[in-house]
Amino acid sequence: MRLRPAALVQLVAIAAVAAFVATYPLYKSDYEATKLTLVGIYLIAILGLNLLTGYSGQITLGHGAFMGIGAYTTAILVTKTSISDYATIPLAGIAAGLIGFLFGFPALRLHGVYLALATFGGAVAFVSIVQSTHYQGLTGGATGLFFGPLKNPYYLTWGICAFLYLVAWLLVHSKAGRAFKAVRDAPIAAVSSGVNIALVKTLAFGIASAYAGVAGALLAIRLGSVSPLSFTVTLSILLLTGAALGGLGSLTGMIFGALFIQFVPGFAEDHVSKTAPQVGYGLILLAVLFLMPGGAAQLLHRLGTLLYRTTRPLYTRAARRAEAVATSTRSRT
Amino acid sequence: MAQFWQQIVGGLAAGGIYSTLALALVLIHRATGIVNFAQGEMGMFSTFIAWSLIENHGMEYWLGFALVLLISFAGGAGIYGAVIRPLQRGGELAIVIATIALLILLNGLAGWIWTPEVKAFESPFPHSLITIGDVVISWQDVGTIIVSFACVLVVFLFFRLTRTGRPMRASALRPRTSRLMGIRVTLMLAVGWGLAAALSAVAGMMAAPVLALEPNFMLPVLVYAFAAAVLGGIDGPVGAVIGSYILGVGISLLSTYVNYITVAPELQLPVALAILLVILLFRPSGLFGRTVVRRV
Repeated sequence: MRLRPAALVQLVAIAAVAAFVATYPLYKSDYEATKLTLVGIYLIAILGLNLLTGYSGQITLGHGAFMGIGAYTTAILVTKTSISDYATIPLAGIAAGLIGFLFGFPALRLHGVYLALATFGGAVAFVSIVQSTHYQGLTGGATGLFFGPLKNPYYLTWGICAFLYLVAWLLVHSKAGRAFKAVRDAPIAAVSSGVNIALVKTLAFGIASAYAGVAGALLAIRLGSVSPLSFTVTLSILLLTGAALGGLGSLTGMIFGALFIQFVPGFAEDHVSKTAPQVGYGLILLAVLFLMPGGAAQLLHRLGTLLYRTTRPLYTRAARRAEAVATSTRSRT
Repeated sequence: MAQFWQQIVGGLAAGGIYSTLALALVLIHRATGIVNFAQGEMGMFSTFIAWSLIENHGMEYWLGFALVLLISFAGGAGIYGAVIRPLQRGGELAIVIATIALLILLNGLAGWIWTPEVKAFESPFPHSLITIGDVVISWQDVGTIIVSFACVLVVFLFFRLTRTGRPMRASALRPRTSRLMGIRVTLMLAVGWGLAAALSAVAGMMAAPVLALEPNFMLPVLVYAFAAAVLGGIDGPVGAVIGSYILGVGISLLSTYVNYITVAPELQLPVALAILLVILLFRPSGLFGRTVVRRV
């Protein structure tokens, strides 16, 4: 198989990230490693978001709420039953995915704008519901739930992340992935060729929600607690900003998106102003839309192509020489 | 029975606020084909400008009100020209993300300029109450109903009767044909964005005395306005306005007579949205919307 230059750069980037992540805790303090755990958690969340927004073209403003559903599933299971915290991770994913699928079902039967609206409403409603005194016994109301000490599930997070990255890659390159893209680019043509749009959209929504649920569960385990205000619309917007910055429709780009979500807001808050990060996101998001709609992934792609172009003469010269040698030996025998 | 009528009036006042914002959303949806997530924050920002003119610089209320409408109009048209128009080639997704960017940007800017603390915004209406029989209603509610209804009516008449209104409707419905007919489509759509911004400023200024002014105060109003527009059918202005009043009155009655919500008012919004979702299952285009058949 001949690799395209962009794919080669991608592979190198992934390998570099993997090597970096695997060795990081060996020479850094636990505190630093914790930050990278959060990067992994955000990466899982926006990989799911990207499947939905980047590949099947549906905007959601409720991704943070689905992280919340995952986190609360974990917190409630740990406090109310004897299931160990790590065992709740798949359950949180399934719960969020199922709720996403059921929620998406009515919302997605409608066209275009309604999903964004429904998820927006749902995200606002989620916070009100978990905060409500009605369900205080279950969700802990406004204070949330505390169930354990701070933890740092570093290798677990990145292991799950790698697995889900692979799943996303396989999905994107499968029949379902092609259906996602068809629904995004040409919905009417997709229907005509037998794609069930409503099913594909709902499926994408369910899968994205499941990713968010897993990320939420890991976040809850990391903190040993959940609180309603961690999962507001602001989180959803932050995730969307990260995904757009990384490059919607690119899996590799999400690594940059996750790094952005973890490090840029804190930096701006410390060095510029308390409300600066918000203004910054807005400006960055607009700048990305205007200057580089493909996000960091597009930048990477361009760099890869440039690298290939500048180094290609060397390869071709070497190849020609090798061929000349080969023909001369053949003619001799 | 007195309580019932008081709740109706309160619901109509809330519905009036939703109707101005819902109408703004419908205008944008018609003009650009997208949902403007920054609509509420545009209203919030205008309200902060009004607050600073009226409370800080001692301007007379209605003079400040009119001035803010003009500023908002210019701001809305400016946003269209500077952000939305250049992105139109990039497709729907890019524009929707741009409106989300504007949402964050305006919210952050308001917090930066005016600090995130809650501010008191004086009501322009008298504090006294009106008593009809044993029904007691506040001037605040009556005034809100009158002002919001008047604004909605002006916009309707503008679109139906004036020489600018008709080409605007044409530009939104058939941009290419309109351009061929010599209509300046870009200008018309900019006017549409300006009108929407002015309408959301009205929503903000009417809601501020009741809700207390701070950078996030329009978020729930936006959710309700979305719900109202979807309930009535987001493609039609009349449906959206009627949907707003139904939603306002419905929530007001629900929160008085349904025990589940009365004890926990924070569940108002989830319950309203759940009902909306069920309605949409049966009438996907809203109560008054028509199903559009799309050509392949």
